[in-house]
Amino acid sequence: MCTTCGCGPDEVMIDGEHSHHEHEHVHADGTTHSHAHQHDHGHVAGAAHEHVHEDPQAHSHRHSYAPAHAHAPGVGTRRMVQIEQDILSKNNAYAAQNRQRLADRGIFALNLVSSPGSGKTTLLVKTIELLKGRQRVAVIEGDQQTSQDAERIRATGAPAIQINTGKGCHLDAHMVGHAMGKLELPDDSLLMIENVGNLVCPAAFDLGEAHKVVILSVTEGEDKPIKYPDMFRAATLMLMNKCDLLPHLTFSVPRAIEFARRVNPGIEVIEVSATTGEGMDAWLAWLERGASAAAERKRAAVEAPKPPIAELEAHLSPAS
Amino acid sequence: MHEMSLAEGVLQLIEDAARQQEFARVTTVWLEIGQLSGVEIEAMKFCFDAVTRDSIADGARLEIIALPGTGWCMKCAMTVPMAEVFGECPQCGSHQMQVTSGTEMRVKELEVA
Repeated sequence: MCTTCGCGPDEVMIDGEHSHHEHEHVHADGTTHSHAHQHDHGHVAGAAHEHVHEDPQAHSHRHSYAPAHAHAPGVGTRRMVQIEQDILSKNNAYAAQNRQRLADRGIFALNLVSSPGSGKTTLLVKTIELLKGRQRVAVIEGDQQTSQDAERIRATGAPAIQINTGKGCHLDAHMVGHAMGKLELPDDSLLMIENVGNLVCPAAFDLGEAHKVVILSVTEGEDKPIKYPDMFRAATLMLMNKCDLLPHLTFSVPRAIEFARRVNPGIEVIEVSATTGEGMDAWLAWLERGASAAAERKRAAVEAPKPPIAELEAHLSPAS
Repeated sequence: MHEMSLAEGVLQLIEDAARQQEFARVTTVWLEIGQLSGVEIEAMKFCFDAVTRDSIADGARLEIIALPGTGWCMKCAMTVPMAEVFGECPQCGSHQMQVTSGTEMRVKELEVA
């Protein structure tokens, strides 16, 4: 794990590349700069090493890793340090950056969460196909291993990037920020982030999305919302997928909705089938409403600062 | 839940504080964990020990301050205790509840040397 910027485990790969680590250094003269480099050298406690910078100065500085410490109790003077910070505050700060970047570009971003096998990728492929010519879509795919899902998305013509979390069980805002930088994101578009199939951990990690959308397929238990309440509480919309299979199952749609509303009274529900296309119109309309609202907010924000600038200019012009 | 990631988050906050406030060793860490946060305390302790090995907090004692869960019952129009996120109102049995506290996961303070 990168202890400087809070990168996740080192095995995180974005489209097959290890993510580079940004380091920030404060120099003796008080100036700060940051640069990225790969960890192809060993860190020895207290050792000095050199980095070659793009600005082509080379210099050395000390990294103290694993400072020496004594285990004997009572060594040194003890004191209390107040922290009062949320454990997820680092992730939340990265998420806020992502959210700002998305808002500035009028991009409507969704974080799609579900158990493995709920049909997320099939639903995404179908959604992209139906939106062709109406709405531009880009996709960030999260899986522990393989880039199969990103390849399925790219086959539709939409840009997609794969994040492999390695041992990680969820995407975090830092990984998504890196992936957003590598992805061609048109203004006023739709960004779909397909999280790792897991109904537990992704609930707690804000990625900077506008909404979490939870997908529950009718081949799962209808009591999943109360078994995994955090996820259903965090979501704005529940898509009930594979509805074409309902005649063959004992799954009760009203009971599933009742369970979901028990943990989240405000959750919206749309029943869909990616296979037959049933309910897809309602889902596409929901997406287009969100996307045009995001684009509208961007336009309003771009236009809003103009009057104050004009006032400022008037104020700055020499009084006659 | 995802105690390993949370334990890494705790260590990051500790290391940030160590850089800013210049201490080299942490002996005790106090966490505030809400009853409705979904954090498994025993798993958290186990992961904390694993994550802090060979770090500035190696061997540090982990103290958990449990915070009670409360929610707003829309039917009773009052704040009532809640034991589960999807719990029912102890007064009227309604599920129309909004969690108002108990989801905290915070690093409160450290004892450092």
